[in-house]
Amino acid sequence: MQRAAGRTPERPTARAGRVRTHRAASPWLFLLPGLGVVAAFVLYPFLSTVHKAFTDARTLTPGTWVGLRNFRDMLDDEQFRVALRNSVLYVVAVVPLTVLLPLLLALLVHKKLPGVTFFRSAFYTPVVASVVVVSLIWGWMLDDRGLVNGILRFLGAGPVAFLGDQWLLLFSAMALTVWRGLSYYMIIYLAALANVPRELHEAAAVDGAGPLRRFVSVTVPALRSTMVLVGALSSVAAFKVFSEVYLLAGPTGGPAGQDTTLVMLVQRTGTGLNGRVGYASALSLAVFVLTLLLMLLVLRADRKEADG
Amino acid sequence: MTRTSGGEKALRYLLMLAVLAVSVGPFLWQLSTSLKSTTEDIYTYPPGLLPEHPTLDNYQGVADIVPVWDYALNSLKVAAANVVTNLAGASMAGYALARLRFRGRKAAGLAFVAALLVPLESVVIAQFTMMRDLQLNNTLTAVVLPGAVGALNVLLMRNAFANLPYEVEEAAVIDGANVWQRFTRIALPSVRGTLAAVAIFAFMGAWDDFLWPLIVLSDPDRFTLTVGLNFLHGTFQQNPRLVAAGTVIAVAPLLVMFACLQRYFFRGVGEGAVKG
Repeated sequence: MQRAAGRTPERPTARAGRVRTHRAASPWLFLLPGLGVVAAFVLYPFLSTVHKAFTDARTLTPGTWVGLRNFRDMLDDEQFRVALRNSVLYVVAVVPLTVLLPLLLALLVHKKLPGVTFFRSAFYTPVVASVVVVSLIWGWMLDDRGLVNGILRFLGAGPVAFLGDQWLLLFSAMALTVWRGLSYYMIIYLAALANVPRELHEAAAVDGAGPLRRFVSVTVPALRSTMVLVGALSSVAAFKVFSEVYLLAGPTGGPAGQDTTLVMLVQRTGTGLNGRVGYASALSLAVFVLTLLLMLLVLRADRKEADG
Repeated sequence: MTRTSGGEKALRYLLMLAVLAVSVGPFLWQLSTSLKSTTEDIYTYPPGLLPEHPTLDNYQGVADIVPVWDYALNSLKVAAANVVTNLAGASMAGYALARLRFRGRKAAGLAFVAALLVPLESVVIAQFTMMRDLQLNNTLTAVVLPGAVGALNVLLMRNAFANLPYEVEEAAVIDGANVWQRFTRIALPSVRGTLAAVAIFAFMGAWDDFLWPLIVLSDPDRFTLTVGLNFLHGTFQQNPRLVAAGTVIAVAPLLVMFACLQRYFFRGVGEGAVKG
C-alpha cells in the first residue's frame, strides 16, 4: 500500500485537516472503565499501602504516623525472619526445577508422534484444576494414612509424617508447586520451541552431535530468553507463595508457625477485627521491594551470563 | 527430517505415560475416593484404586453439610462477571491505546504498565480496608472489583489491535463510520483469538482465586468454591470422601471447559508469554 495521505486513520484533525476520526472526549470514554479500575483498585491501594506502612493503623482505627517503627519492628520480629527464610528457600528450591524440568517435558512432547496432543492436554490438568483443589488432593495423598504412605507401607517402608514435620511440610508444598508448574511452563517452552529453526538441529546432527550435545549447544542457546522469562515468572511466583503452604500446613503455618511464608504473614497480620494494618502494610511493602529486587537479580544474572 | 527410531519412540511413549500417571493419577485417586461408600475402608494397604461399590452418596453428603452448590454458583457469578468486565474494559482501553491519538495516551499506557508491576499480594490489605470503607466487604462485588479489568489484559488487547492492518479501518473512516462503529464492527471481530484467551484466563483466574476472596469474604453464605473448600477441609478433615466429592465438584466444570476450548488455551498461553 503506497498511499501518501492517511497512513493512520487517527491522524490528528489539525494536521491532516481532512478526516475527523473521533471526538476529543471519546478516547477517554474508551479508557474510563479500565483506567478507573486500575487506578482505584491497584494504584491507589498501592499508594495507600506505602502511606499506611508508616502508621500504626489497625482494622478499625486509622492510626497515626510512627515513622520507621514498623520497619524496625520487622527486623526484630522472629515471625518475619521465619517467613522471609521460608519464602527465600522456596525460590531457591523451586526455581531451578521449574526452569529445567518443564523444558525437558516440552522436548519430550515437542516431537510430533501419534497421540502427542492428547498427552500435552492431559499434562495440563493440574494447571486447569485450581491450586486449592490440587492442594487438598495432595493433602489427602500425603496424609498419614493416604495414598503415598499406603504405597510406602506396601513397599515395606514408612509411614512418613509428611504433614507433621516443619521441613517435610515445606518440601511437600515445594514439590506441589513444581508439579503444578511442570505443564504450565511446558506450554511457554513449546511456544518458543516452535520458533527454533529445525535446520540448526539438522546441521548439528550432520556434524555428528549427539542428543545431549545438541541440547546444550543448540536448544539451550536458542531458548535462553525463554528460560530467563520462566525463571523470572517462577521466582516471583515462588517468592509470593501462599495457597499451597496455607492449605497443606493450615492457617497457622504448620508446627509452631514454622512454615509461615511472607504473604501468609501479611494475610494473618492485616486481617481480622484487630488486624495490624500498619504493620501488615510495611510487610506488604517489603514483599513489593523484595519482588522487584528478585526480578532485577534474575535479569542481571542473565546479562552476566550473556557477557561471560 | 530426523527420523525417529523405534527404540526412541518406545522410550518417549514410556516417559509420556509416566508423566501422565504423575499428573493425572492424583485426580483419578481423588475421584475414586469420592465414589467410595462409607462402609468401604479407604485406608487399605495396598490402596484400593477402584471403589468396590461406587456410590454418589458423598456428593449428596457434602451438599448436606455445606452448601457446595451455592458456593459453585457464587464462583460462577464471580467468574462470569470477571469475564464480561475484562472483555469490555480491556478491549475498549486496548483499542484507545492502540488506535486513537490523543493527548495523554502515553501516560495512560504507563498507568497500566505500572499496575502490572504491583504484585496483588502486596495490596490486598489496602484493598480490604478500602472495601470495608465502601461497605462492600463480604459481598461478591468486592470479590470481582479489583480484578475487573486486568492491566495485563489491557496490554494484550492493545498489542492485538496494534497488529491489525490499518487499511480496513481507513476505508471505514472514509465511509463515515464513527469510532464506536469502527471498534465494534471492524476491530473487535478481527481479534477474536485474543478475546477468547482473555475470556478463558479471566474465567480461570476468578474461579481459582483464593487469597483475595479468603480475605474479603467472612460470611459462609457468600463463600466462593475455593474458600468453601478450605472451610470444608478444615472442618471435616476426618472424612476424606466428602472433601474429595467437594473437590471433584470444583474441578469438573473447569476440565469440561478446558476440553472444549483447549485450542484457544494453548494459543493464549503462548501469546501471553511472548507478548505479555
